[in-house]
Amino acid sequence: MSDSALRIKLFKTMVLARTLDDRMAKLKAQGEVAGSAFLGRGQEAFSGAAGIRLRPGDVFAPLIRDQAGRLAFGESLLDVTRTVLGRRTGPMRGRDGNVHRGDWPAGRLPMISHLGAMVGTVVGTLLARRIAGRQQAGDLNVGVAAIGDGGMNTGALHEALNAAAVERLPLILLVADNQYAYSTSTDRTFACKHLVERAVGYGMAGHRCDGTDADACLDTVGEAIAAARAGKGPQMVVADLLRLAGHGTHDDASYVAEDVKSRFGDCLQLHERTLTQQGILDVAAIAAMRDEARTQVEAAVEQARAEPQPDPAAEEWMARSERDLVNLRAP
Amino acid sequence: MKYLEAIRLAQAELLAEDKRVFIYGQDIAGPFGGAFKATKGLSERFPERVLNSPISEDAMTAIAIGAAMDGLRPIVEFQFADFASVAFNQLVNHAGTIYYRTGLPCPIVARLPAGGTPGGGPFHCQMPEAWVSHHPGLVVVAPATVADAYFMLKDAVACRDPVVFIEHKYLYYHLEAEFDPRTAEHPGLGRAVVRRPGEDLTIVAWSGMVHHALAAAAELDANHGISAEVVDLRCVRPLDSETILASLSRTGRIIIASEGWPVGGPGAEVAALVAERGFTYLDAPPVRLAAQDTPIPFHPDLFAAHHPDDQAIVQAALDLAKF
Ligand SMILES: Cc1ncc(C[n+]2csc(CCOP(=O)(O)OP(=O)(O)O)c2C)c(N)n1
Ligand SMILES: [Mg+2]
Repeated sequence: MSDSALRIKLFKTMVLARTLDDRMAKLKAQGEVAGSAFLGRGQEAFSGAAGIRLRPGDVFAPLIRDQAGRLAFGESLLDVTRTVLGRRTGPMRGRDGNVHRGDWPAGRLPMISHLGAMVGTVVGTLLARRIAGRQQAGDLNVGVAAIGDGGMNTGALHEALNAAAVERLPLILLVADNQYAYSTSTDRTFACKHLVERAVGYGMAGHRCDGTDADACLDTVGEAIAAARAGKGPQMVVADLLRLAGHGTHDDASYVAEDVKSRFGDCLQLHERTLTQQGILDVAAIAAMRDEARTQVEAAVEQARAEPQPDPAAEEWMARSERDLVNLRAP
Repeated sequence: MKYLEAIRLAQAELLAEDKRVFIYGQDIAGPFGGAFKATKGLSERFPERVLNSPISEDAMTAIAIGAAMDGLRPIVEFQFADFASVAFNQLVNHAGTIYYRTGLPCPIVARLPAGGTPGGGPFHCQMPEAWVSHHPGLVVVAPATVADAYFMLKDAVACRDPVVFIEHKYLYYHLEAEFDPRTAEHPGLGRAVVRRPGEDLTIVAWSGMVHHALAAAAELDANHGISAEVVDLRCVRPLDSETILASLSRTGRIIIASEGWPVGGPGAEVAALVAERGFTYLDAPPVRLAAQDTPIPFHPDLFAAHHPDDQAIVQAALDLAKF
C-alpha cells in the first residue's frame, strides 16, 4: 500500500480533474465550446495514478480521458481552459482544441486523433534518449502511452508495441478497458478473455488492476513504472473500469447496458469512502478540497474567457517552419 | 429527405435488393446506427450484413477487398474521412491495383464522411479527395445533392471498380430536398452536371462547395448583373472533361472552388485541363480558390477563414469579370 500522502495526492488530483471536466461540460452546454467536450469521468484513478508515478523527464502521451493524468503530470488549469475555449494564449493558440493539446518541453505529447498513432511516437522518444546517451541505467526515464479497449485494435498500436519490446524500451502502455469503444461493447472488438493476455504475445510484462480502486491503480501502475525504470522493458497495465459519461458531450450513452453499469462503481466516490473510513481524510478536509478545486477551476475559466481569441486576419497561414527553402543549404 | 437519409435509404435498398451487399464499420450496428446515423435501423433488418468492426481501418479495408474478390459488394464506413489515412495502403496499393494486375474487378465502396464543421479541428474536417485521386485505380465521387447522395451510392455499389464515396458532413443534416427515387432522372456516376446555367463565367465545384457556388451565383445575378454557370463535378476522378470544357466554351471565364487544400487534387487538375485543352476558350486566366495551405484550425473564426465561402467566390467573380 502506498503511503497516505500519495493516496491523498491522488484523491486531490481526481477531485480537481472531475471538477474541471464537469466545468468543461457545463461550458459546452452554455455554448462556449466549439465541437464536443470529452470527459474522463470514472477513469480518474487509473489515469491520475500514472501521472503521479511519473517524474520530470518522463514522457506522457495522454488520450481523451486523461484529464487526471495530465494534471498530475504538470498540466496547468489554464492550459486546459485556454485550449478548450480556443484562446490565442493557450498552448495550441486556437489552432487545435479540446483534448488535442500538449506541452512537449514538459514531456506531454499533443495527441492526434488517430488512435494508436501516439504509441510509436512515445517509443521514438525513448529510443532517442537511449541513442543520445541520456538514460541512466537502472533508473530510466519512462514513457507512458494511454489507449482504450477500442484503440487496442489498431495496427499502429501493434507495430509500436512490437518495436518497443524488440528494443526493450521503458514504455508503459496504460490500457483503460472501459467496456465500450464509443457505442461498441468489447465483445465486438476483441475475442481474447482479457486484454492483458496480449502482453505475452508482444513479449512485454502484463499487469491488471481494478480501475475503480484508486489504491490498486496506484500500486499496480507504480509497479509497472518501477519495472520499466529498472530496465525490465515495456509494461502493459490493463484496468477494468467504466466510462461514466458519453463518448463526448454529444452522446447520451443510452447504449450502455444496465448490467454493465451495475458492475462498476465510481472510483472517486470509492476512494473518498476508503480514505474517510481509514481516517486519512475527514469530511471537512474533503469539502475544503472540493471548494479549492472549484475556485481554481473557476479562476482558470474566468482568466481564459478574458483573453483574446485568435484573429483570422492576423493569422499566419503557414504550416512549415522553414520559410525560405529556395536558399536552404546545410551549414 | 435529408442528404443523410438519402444515404441511409440507398443502403437499406441495396441490402434488401442485393444479398451481396454488406456494410462494415465502427459503431454502425445496433440502435446506435453510426456516428452520424447513416446506418440507423439497418442492422436490425440485416443483422448478418451490417457489422460493427473493431477500430482497425487497415483491416476493415483489407476485409472489404477480400470479400469483394470473393463475390460480395462491401461498403466500408469510415467514422471520419480523416481516419481513412490509416487505410491508405489498402486503398491505393491494394484495391487500386487489383484490376490492372489481375484483370479481376475489386468492387468495394469506401464511404468517407468528410468536410469541415466548426470546432472539428485538424483531424475531423478534412477533404480527402486529393489523397486518393492521384491513384489510377480508384474512382472518387463527391455528391453535393440529396438525389446524388442516393443515386451515386447505388451506382458506386454497381461499379466494379473501387469507389471512394466522399460524403459531406455538413450536408448530412443541413441539406434537404424532395425527389422520387423511382422516377427521378439521374446522370451516370462519372458525369459532371450544370447545376445552374449562366453566360458570363463558370464556377466549378464539388461536394459542399457546390452550395457556396450556387449561393454566389444567385448573388452575382441579383446584385451584380453577372450570370454565372455552376458546374458540379460529382465525380472528381475521373473528371468529366467534356462537360467542363463545354461550359468554359460558353462563358470564357472559370473559377474553380475547392474546400480542400490548393496543392494537387481536383482543383489543380481542372486548371490543368483548362490550360491544356481549353486555352482558346479563355478570356481570362483561370482562378482557383482553395483552403489555406495549413491544417484545419479548431477555432470557429479561424476555421471560417480557412476555406472559401460564398463571399470569396463572389469577390473572385467580380475581379474576374473585370479582367
Ligand atoms: C484510427 C481511428 N479510427 C477511428 C477513430 C474515431 N474514434 C475516436 S474515439 C473512438 C472510440 C475509442 O474507444 P476506446 O479506444 O475504447 O477509448 P474510449 O473512448 O472508450 O476511452 C473512435 C472509434 C479514431 N479516433 N481513430
Ligand atoms: Mg473504451
